[in-house]
Amino acid sequence: MKRVYLDHSATTPLRVESREAMMPLFGDIYGNPSSVHGFGQEAKKHLEDARELVAKCLNAARPEEIIFTGCGTEADNLAIKGIAFANREKGNHIITSQIEHHAVLNTCEYLAKNGFEVTYLPVNEGGRVRWEDVAAAIKPTTILITIMHANNEVGTIQPIEEIGTIAAAENKRRAALGSAVWLYVHTDAVQTAGKIPLDVRAMGVDLLSISGHKFYGPKGVGALYVKKGARIQPILHGGHHERNLRAGTENVAGIAGLAKALELAIMDMDHEQKRLGVLRDQLEAGIIQQVPSLKVNGDTAHRMASVTNISFAFIEGEGILLSLDLAGIAASTGSACASGSLEPSHVLKAMGVETTLAQGALRFSLGHQNTAEDIAYVLETVPPIIDRLRSMSPLYQKTVKS
Amino acid sequence: MKILVAMSGGVDSSTAAFLLKEQGHEVVGATLRLWHSADDKYRPGGCCSLDDIYDARRVCDFLGIKHYVLNRETEFRRDVVDAFVSEYLSGATPNPCIVCNEKIKFRMMLSDALALGFDTLATGHYARIERKDDCYQLVVGKDPAKDQSYVLYRLGQSELSHLLFPLGNYTKKEIRAMALQAQLPAAQKPESQEICFVETDYAAFLKSYLPDYDARVRPGPIVDPSGKIVGRHRGLALYTVGQRSGLGLTTPEPVYVIRIDVETNTLCIGPKAQVHAASGSVKYVVWIAGSPPSFPLRCTVKIRRLHQPAPATLTREHDNQVLVAFDVSQPAVTPGQSAVFYAGDIVIGGGIIV
Repeated sequence: MKRVYLDHSATTPLRVESREAMMPLFGDIYGNPSSVHGFGQEAKKHLEDARELVAKCLNAARPEEIIFTGCGTEADNLAIKGIAFANREKGNHIITSQIEHHAVLNTCEYLAKNGFEVTYLPVNEGGRVRWEDVAAAIKPTTILITIMHANNEVGTIQPIEEIGTIAAAENKRRAALGSAVWLYVHTDAVQTAGKIPLDVRAMGVDLLSISGHKFYGPKGVGALYVKKGARIQPILHGGHHERNLRAGTENVAGIAGLAKALELAIMDMDHEQKRLGVLRDQLEAGIIQQVPSLKVNGDTAHRMASVTNISFAFIEGEGILLSLDLAGIAASTGSACASGSLEPSHVLKAMGVETTLAQGALRFSLGHQNTAEDIAYVLETVPPIIDRLRSMSPLYQKTVKS
Repeated sequence: MKILVAMSGGVDSSTAAFLLKEQGHEVVGATLRLWHSADDKYRPGGCCSLDDIYDARRVCDFLGIKHYVLNRETEFRRDVVDAFVSEYLSGATPNPCIVCNEKIKFRMMLSDALALGFDTLATGHYARIERKDDCYQLVVGKDPAKDQSYVLYRLGQSELSHLLFPLGNYTKKEIRAMALQAQLPAAQKPESQEICFVETDYAAFLKSYLPDYDARVRPGPIVDPSGKIVGRHRGLALYTVGQRSGLGLTTPEPVYVIRIDVETNTLCIGPKAQVHAASGSVKYVVWIAGSPPSFPLRCTVKIRRLHQPAPATLTREHDNQVLVAFDVSQPAVTPGQSAVFYAGDIVIGGGIIV
């Protein structure tokens, strides 16, 4: 059976160059990078080469601003809890949005249970946070704004640069007033790294999370950009690794793989994102043309090139997902981390998509190995599946009759 | 055939999937996710816990087949759990597995299977489906000790025509041996007979589930056949017709719950003889063939899972309700339980005891 993978927002296949970059570190180079001896130094060289490369990719001012973690979720946790706990005597207010990934939402919820005040900003019907709302939510006690760079379910890109500007103005204002409370900006860029140019200085962020396996690197490794001078404390305690911010022997192989993958994704970016945009548009247009009663979710003017999220009325996304899987096509009903729950997506809910449409949502996310042939196969497979599911849906029968 | 197998993670459904795969069918496993307790604490057993979903997945991995989890928590809560609670509050003793089979497993899961493009849904029940002329018959399983036809009596022709019970022609012992032989991961897993959403006992469940438990389950009088108050009960929902222990009474002769009167919040007790009933009405009656037989009808009637079917005559009371007159009176004809009608080995129908 033909197999088509259209779930690149969940994870991506490892690219060969990333694997090659890791192989020596699974072999002869096995020293502990913290060790003093030659074995350790060899490993340390790979670690620091990777750090420099990632710093360059993100346009960080210095390599030490890159902290390697075990995954994107850990990077988010370190950023949010690390800033919150280190600055709690200065302020306890955090601003985030209703459409964040659970790595951010649940971390904020945890902080809310531990003495912090959290504002969850709404989004417009296109799934974008309004920068005006961010500005209006800032209080003297606000210490952190954490808004994702692009949403993982619908692909909408958030106005991070505007938010960076707002925070910079607020910090300037506070300094003029003699306040010592710094307002930090964190962005979860797990979905955008390697797909949209990231420049931490142009974006005006203090912290930025990425995850290796979303851009054809290995799983089990992430990184957090922490601007020099940021007041932050670790969430894992132990040895003096990663500028005392992340204890634990570094996953040197994974880190080398992440750096290589990020470098190559950025080199390919222009060409690849253009190519994926064309395929995505063909897929979307083809489905719209063949299937009635559907809705494309998310502001298409501010959207990642590789993602489309479509709600099919009258049926459940889960049924479409399983039917597609049986036909060899891998898609998703939303976040892989929320699988198994039939709760309508919190993202679509925040966008005001009505519950029945939210339950019929399906995400296709494209990547490297996808071809025009793949899209043609999906376009010939999807419509009959939707027809069959609708023909058995009581909701559809009722609507058609009335 | 393309077959979806309902997998519980136990030895029966695992062996069913194994058998169908061996027969060369295109097999996919699916487990219903129906319930998780509010506090998500570790809870062994039951037929739909997260542990069981894990076990089912591991069996499918072993068999090299796909496995899906179908979430029906909302429907399960609405159609099975809430109904279970309201039955208890109305003084009856419900059998939620029968409702789950009718409304969730063999309605929703079967329609899910057909919608996904499968021809058939298979389960690990010990019962047989036989086709006679144009009619599908539900027949008891080969293993009399394990027969599960009782909990399947609400299936109709449209369900039976798309169902497969691969274990119907085997005994439990044979299935267990087959599972061991095939080294199925579930081969040694113990049986679970409990109600999947009830952790310890149903009384504790009602207490934790009902926000207004204290208002709904109130203590009241226990009266003997002469009408004399002989004690206090803890709330009618905690008692079942035929129950002997747990009444908190000291009497010269053993006494039993003979009736539950919700209107007066009274528990009526009496001697063993009064627990027996010669007849009872049965409501919400369904017929496997799809239409009622001609009355009066001679058959045998089974009034709970472990009851030996007893000879009886059925007469029509009104639509979907029949009167069962036993040849010999039977102990504990319990409201809320199902009465299932058999013609020899064949299930002809059944309903809920009034």
